Amino acid sequence: MRSVELVVSVENVKKRFHAGAVVNDISLNVEKGDLIALIGPSGCGKSTLLRCINGLESVDEGRVQVLDNVLESPKKIGERGFNRRAQAVRQQVGMVFQSFNLFPHLTVLGNLMKAPMVVRKMNRDEAEWRARELLAKVGLDDRADHYPHELSGGQQQRAAIARALAMSPQLMLYDEPTSALDPTLVNEVLRVMKQLDHEGMTQIVVTHEMRFARDVADRIVFLEAGKIVEMGPPEQIFSAPQNERTRAFLGNFL
Amino acid sequence: MNKISGYACLYALLIFYILFTFRASADESLPILRWGADIESGAPYSFKDPGDPDKVIGFESEIIEAIAAKIGMQARFTQNNWEGLIEGLKRHDYDIVINGLEITSDRQTVVTFSKPYYLTYQRLTVRAGNTTITKLEHTQGKRVGTLAGTLAQRILNEQSFPLETVTYNEEVHLFNDLMLGRIDAVLMDEPVTLYYAKPNPELKMVGAPIGRMEYGIALRPEDRELAGKVNRALDALIADGTLRAILERWNLWNPMIAQAWGQEARVDIEPSSYNRYLKFAYAKPGFKERLVRYISFLPLLARGALMTLQISIVAMIVAMIVGLLAALARLYGPWPLSFLALAFVEILRGTPLLIQLFLIFYGLPHIGIRLDPFMAAVIGLGLNYGACEAENYRAGILSIPKSQTDASLALGLSWGQSLRHIVLPQAVRVVIPPVTNDFIALLKDSSLVSIITMVELTSTYGQLASTYFDYLGIGLLTAAVYFLIGLPFVRLSRYFEKQLNTHLKTRVPGRVVSPVPARIFNSLGKR
Repeated sequence: MRSVELVVSVENVKKRFHAGAVVNDISLNVEKGDLIALIGPSGCGKSTLLRCINGLESVDEGRVQVLDNVLESPKKIGERGFNRRAQAVRQQVGMVFQSFNLFPHLTVLGNLMKAPMVVRKMNRDEAEWRARELLAKVGLDDRADHYPHELSGGQQQRAAIARALAMSPQLMLYDEPTSALDPTLVNEVLRVMKQLDHEGMTQIVVTHEMRFARDVADRIVFLEAGKIVEMGPPEQIFSAPQNERTRAFLGNFL
Repeated sequence: MNKISGYACLYALLIFYILFTFRASADESLPILRWGADIESGAPYSFKDPGDPDKVIGFESEIIEAIAAKIGMQARFTQNNWEGLIEGLKRHDYDIVINGLEITSDRQTVVTFSKPYYLTYQRLTVRAGNTTITKLEHTQGKRVGTLAGTLAQRILNEQSFPLETVTYNEEVHLFNDLMLGRIDAVLMDEPVTLYYAKPNPELKMVGAPIGRMEYGIALRPEDRELAGKVNRALDALIADGTLRAILERWNLWNPMIAQAWGQEARVDIEPSSYNRYLKFAYAKPGFKERLVRYISFLPLLARGALMTLQISIVAMIVAMIVGLLAALARLYGPWPLSFLALAFVEILRGTPLLIQLFLIFYGLPHIGIRLDPFMAAVIGLGLNYGACEAENYRAGILSIPKSQTDASLALGLSWGQSLRHIVLPQAVRVVIPPVTNDFIALLKDSSLVSIITMVELTSTYGQLASTYFDYLGIGLLTAAVYFLIGLPFVRLSRYFEKQLNTHLKTRVPGRVVSPVPARIFNSLGKR
């Protein structure tokens, strides 16, 4: 029997903004080592779901469990309780943003060293050693002392992944990591994500890169209007989608 | 950065040079008698010696030296502007005031006066070519100038015929405007007229002496013992002829005072001090003499500049701390705190700095808070600029995109850590250029603290200009000094702006700031 270790468990999560429900009753389990691709039309709630998982947004209803930490509505567990738990979650979860969000006032090395030194109280030498190791891993060892604006988009995004990895996360979240990139630079970023998958990292990727989703993802989750329409292994979703809307959406790409 | 540190080194060296050149000389052991006066109001009372601008001379400074010697004390001068002399006395900035203060019943309600050390009257002055005004009654419908708060002003106001009274703060400007035709006549104390109008061929004194006034030394009412000593000393100095000799040397001996003291009206001594003054004040120095004179001002101006810099730098540090706290309170504090911060910012930005300085320096002592002039200047400027800095910081913090906070929170930083390590360091880079500009503005606004007795650059300028009647030359010189001390900061501001633009790829709107205070600039138009 295969032992199953849940890293993320989303149960009946709802999130509303003034405009209306953005995430409407979503449940999703992610096992250790999985790579989940969240796909769907713009505004379907993919990004919000991602931000609910690491507590950058609070849920209105339902619960999110990441490893040992449970996030529920601040109305239920209090603003302070939510913030404390969300911070605990975020210390174990890395996140990569569409627009990289590197810190412009720090060098690439500084970007990687900041959180380990501030949050983990790691000493400078150790932080730098680990940072250089991670930069080598993403192929940026020669860019350590450059400032973010001196890097190409692909290099910046790889640096951002390395920055997240510097906190030794158990889970990586990607919010459209290649959408802001020149098409020629997309692959260098996807390659890093693929490599992490091989090393057994658990990853959730919001993406429009269907080829990447098909080739690398363990499961595809198709969202529309805040709900999961269809979910399954790539072969099933891409070759034999059960739902009419999935078919229509994928028709735009394939 | 090398160029910048080079500037910084030069600057530091200059400051050290000035600091070490002006070590105050050691004092003798005699107890100190602190006397207050406004040397900007000029001759013959107390003023900077045109022959040695480091010294204060005048008939009143000689009288006070004589009194101090009689009562076994050592006189030490404290500068204050004329309107604030009595407030300064009550603030204990000094113990006595001697500065042409007429003994009036109004003043006697707040201070005690010694017996008169001088008696005099008012004189009417007109332009030399004027033949229509020969006595006060002829000024009907005319513009007559005098100093604010003097007997002359009361006399003018009491006239039954209509005339327009124009009041001034400084004697020099009074007679200047008379020559320029901005006013038709001047009614002023005889001593002032003797020194500013009589030697001037473009002006003439007309009519008989008007009124009678007694100058007294002002003391705090509770200092009865000191008042008694001063009066006994005055008696002795009158009796032994010392006072008469001083007054004769300054060409101030007159029949009225001779009669009051029971002495002869005849003048025995040559008016040597008066003649020496005329030689300096009315000489038309050549280019070379003028240059030598300006060079001799440099140490004084440098000392003033150093004080200006000290006040500005300390005030700016206060402003930056106050500003940061107010900005954080406003952005992130609970509502009562954020409301307080907003109120602080709006009130300080919405009221004039001058009024704030007056309140701090003269107002607070009434509720028991007595700050020395330096502290008052630094707190006044610091709070006022703190309000501006708060808005700068707030704008700076708000200019950092939320995605930066998201990224740092996502890395596991707490909210406070993200503010401290990610948002503030970036905000500081954004606000450095406007803050540097504000510092230059503060450097110039610091000229306002000359009114709360600080002897800084502007106040030094006022003293020198009124001593030499050289408002253009000394004004330009002072403007140049302001420009020079502001220049490194202007360069620094440009440098930071350039850095920021290339570094963060953010455009910060530049402001062009001139480092010369408006007061100096405007006064260049005088004479």
